[in-house]
Amino acid sequence: MKTLCLTNGRIIDPANNRDEAADLWIRDGVIIEPPAKDALKGVKVEMIEAKGLIVAPGLIDMHVHFREPGQAHKETIGSGSRAAAAGGFTTVVCMPNTNPSADSAGTIALIREKAKATSIVNIFATGAITKGLKGEELAPYGAMVKAGIVALTDDGHCIQNHEVMRRAVEYARMFGLTVLDHCQDYSLVGNGVMHEGEWSLRLGLPGWPRTGEEMIVARNILLAELCDSPIHCQHISSGGSVGLIREAKARGVKISGEVCPHHIALTDDRLQGFDTNYKMNPPLRTERDIEKILGGLADGTLDILCSDHAPHASYEKEVELDQAPFGITGLETEFGLFCDILLHKKKVFTLSRLIEMLTIRPAKLLSLDRGTLSVGAPGDVTLLNPDLEWTFDKEKSASLSKNTPFHGTEMKGRAVRTIVGGETVWQLS
Amino acid sequence: MKAWTRKDLVALEDLSVDELVLLLDAAKAFKGVGERSLKKVPALRGKTLVNFFVEPSTRTRTSFELAAMRLSADVINITASASSLQKGETLKDTALNLQALRADMIVLRHSSAGASRFLADRLDSSIINAGDGAHEHPTQGLLDVFTIIEKRGTVRDLNIAIVGDILFSRVARSNIFALVKLGANVTLVGPTTLVPKAFEKLGVKVAHRIDDVLETTDVINLLRIQHERQRKEYFPGLGEYVSLFGLTKARAARLKPDCLIMHPGPINRGVEIDSEVADGAQSVILEQVTNGLAVRMAVLYLCAGGVGLSA
Repeated sequence: MKTLCLTNGRIIDPANNRDEAADLWIRDGVIIEPPAKDALKGVKVEMIEAKGLIVAPGLIDMHVHFREPGQAHKETIGSGSRAAAAGGFTTVVCMPNTNPSADSAGTIALIREKAKATSIVNIFATGAITKGLKGEELAPYGAMVKAGIVALTDDGHCIQNHEVMRRAVEYARMFGLTVLDHCQDYSLVGNGVMHEGEWSLRLGLPGWPRTGEEMIVARNILLAELCDSPIHCQHISSGGSVGLIREAKARGVKISGEVCPHHIALTDDRLQGFDTNYKMNPPLRTERDIEKILGGLADGTLDILCSDHAPHASYEKEVELDQAPFGITGLETEFGLFCDILLHKKKVFTLSRLIEMLTIRPAKLLSLDRGTLSVGAPGDVTLLNPDLEWTFDKEKSASLSKNTPFHGTEMKGRAVRTIVGGETVWQLS
Repeated sequence: MKAWTRKDLVALEDLSVDELVLLLDAAKAFKGVGERSLKKVPALRGKTLVNFFVEPSTRTRTSFELAAMRLSADVINITASASSLQKGETLKDTALNLQALRADMIVLRHSSAGASRFLADRLDSSIINAGDGAHEHPTQGLLDVFTIIEKRGTVRDLNIAIVGDILFSRVARSNIFALVKLGANVTLVGPTTLVPKAFEKLGVKVAHRIDDVLETTDVINLLRIQHERQRKEYFPGLGEYVSLFGLTKARAARLKPDCLIMHPGPINRGVEIDSEVADGAQSVILEQVTNGLAVRMAVLYLCAGGVGLSA
């Protein structure tokens, strides 16, 4: 029997509308009511000092790439989990664009076994919408649900045939599964490598127009309506997408959207030096897009935050810009950037709302039994210092890969301790 | 005047007005070398220059080769098909190997925008951009400006029209960056699909009818129009292009008598320019080629550490 008490902290648990100075008690990895004084006689309690800190439900990142099976040179489930813990995340949801892709019960089972054996945080798996992520035939959702998936996505790829997407969403409805979509119209985007705008013209690089994302966001809105089943639009990059989602939500359509830190921290002019650490999909866009995305976060149109942590080996990224794979790591800078920008710099919303979007909102979308500090809930807790100023050093990163544009970036806000099932898996030294 | 301090020439967009003028003045000095019967100076003797043309070229490569040889450098030519890139070696590794062979200068033409910057940031060798995708072709931009200045004394306040496939053109971009910096009035002319309005952010005007610029322009620079598979969505065919944008004999007759007719080459007679017009009195197309050699000698000389010349 292990008893843990996080004392003198400020508990912010948006799921339970809680924001107060109080102690949090965990026994045997589960959150319990604060015990009566005499119940503690003779009981050994691990006291963790939380003075000046926020005691939040363990943070959840529902969009990460942990590259196993098949691409362990970029990241493993183990190393990815250590990066997650160092970022304050107790739960992550893995994307299925592994090798082979996670489109069968066998591969899902492999991922979960690997997670059980090597991960220090909770790992949930998504299953592919289509076999091999090819956008043609449905993967076996029933079998994958039995193997434990929590959602469906072809992330990295996007189904272009609307009929296939329609049938996928309809079939997914049987299992109560949300379909997560990487919104990209291949014909409009072509071989685009950066935002289509002034800078793509200056640099002579093929552009990735906003409309390439908006077209599929619109498609998803219409299909969510037709099929009466939820579709979630991943990594929103375009201001126009926000407007589409806002209007659809107002009509009651089961559509949602998420935001990654780089899309509100950086703009397309960063590609001037042709540094591939600024190449992601969807691409960095303009201040105008950031404004609209912040507006969408403020009014609840977009209510989920995540990283799209996409590790790549340095020799893979250190090539000509148009040849480089898309993506950057993100778990360790995620909270720092969101806190710095949304809380401190742009004052978009309160700390409680920020925590809500990293805990109960993704948990609800994917029906995970996480994201709260309710009595009986798993003892997943993140201690946060929203005022801690720090600088990210990629050499100290727990990830196997160092492809980040945030090396040397100063941020205000950081997780200082990550607790999974009552065990501290990481703390700031 | 300040001295040249860069080891590389990657982009005209990076250069200050002073640096542009330095290059143009040096080119003027080197033009004299080509007029002599003994076309050689020892400026780069003992230096090794590698023409690394991952994207093929005959004209530009020959021009750089001659420029280097006239400066007495030792020259090696590498093309992509004959290189280890075919065996899966990365650009970085190939270039590091060249550096290990102590290549002093690498002239790079590559189909990826930013490839020259990529090497310049990583190698000690001087990197000269001979064209990186659709991004820049700095020596072409310089020789175009040099040609105009030679004929008209300056580019400041001149009306300069660049006609054709601007969107995919590194020649257009280099010209735009240099000309705008030096005070010219640049108008880009072409179909809406190849000359989007957003180009105005670079300090130029945009027009979609060649007839709009003929009477007022001081220089007209025609780009070769390509119509491969990738361009088929951008305009329906060469016939339509010629009728809307070709510099026909009739259109050329409406130009100002001292208007310069330019083309980076190779020309497609009867497409972007009528055969007679290409050979006419206002055409400076062949002089551009001669000037290209002088410009490249200047660029190699300065980037190899040569002290600034006076004309």
